Amino acid sequence: MSARSVVLRVAAMATLGACAVVLGGCGESSQVVRYQQGKYQGKTDGKPWDNEPSPFSAAGLSKGDRVAWETQIKTRNQNQNEYQRTE
Amino acid sequence: MARMKFLCDAERCIECNGCVTACKQEHEVPWGVNRRRVVTINDGVPGERSISVACMHCSDAPCMAVCPVDCFYRTEQGVVLHDKDLCIGCGYCFYACPFGAPQFPQAGVFGLRGKMDKCTFCAGGPEKDGSPEEFVKYGRNRLSEGKLPACAEMCSTKALLGGDGDVIADIYRHRVMKRGAKGAEVWGWGAAYGKPEGKPEGKPAAQPAAGAKS
Repeated sequence: MSARSVVLRVAAMATLGACAVVLGGCGESSQVVRYQQGKYQGKTDGKPWDNEPSPFSAAGLSKGDRVAWETQIKTRNQNQNEYQRTE
Repeated sequence: MARMKFLCDAERCIECNGCVTACKQEHEVPWGVNRRRVVTINDGVPGERSISVACMHCSDAPCMAVCPVDCFYRTEQGVVLHDKDLCIGCGYCFYACPFGAPQFPQAGVFGLRGKMDKCTFCAGGPEKDGSPEEFVKYGRNRLSEGKLPACAEMCSTKALLGGDGDVIADIYRHRVMKRGAKGAEVWGWGAAYGKPEGKPEGKPAAQPAAGAKS
């Protein structure tokens, strides 16, 4: 192997090494974490109208009767409006 | 039915803390935890305003977004609740919440920083509705009994409204129309409840006769 080829080989290796170092930065992945909406991992909750009425329940409720429950909530919503009683 | 919301009328709130007391009593909330509190701006200065603050059950809740264990969920009625069995008490939700709603009891399995506790809109949590387990972890479930939150229903001046967002917005709108919008200088009983028909503005009620006993 001649001295010239040795020099060329060393130069080629040095160039490759330099390229690897310089281009290494191009392959860097983003450091910013992307937000992804998680999903609830806990227990499932029941519907408020899907219960046996307790002694504390409002009158007229029964298990599974969504309409009665909504009616009760609507009535109580309007109970907060004192103008309904005064006008 | 729309989303459940709270609305506090700062013109009417008299800082009686009845809502705070009602919440404490209803849910047997431990010492050091305030699911609801009354904040007063310019306290003692004429024109002061008070407002009752708790979890606002945000439509895009930041607590839900930051929770590392995804223990939050939103019910069909728009109430933001969480599973205490899953909560690790990290406190991220406390930093994220603009209202300071998440509270951390001073005792519990996590020592000084216990599992998060907050207003549940009196809707309990992910346990059987009305069960002792639910009461111990989350307090009473009034919503499943066909009732609205105790704080709103107990409010003596009806400053704090709670319920279907559309309905309470209508109630508030009607109230403001009755008051007559005159600007920020309006303050006091007349502004909060409107002026009686035919009575000139600023004229005091009939004075008691001189020497009369009160």
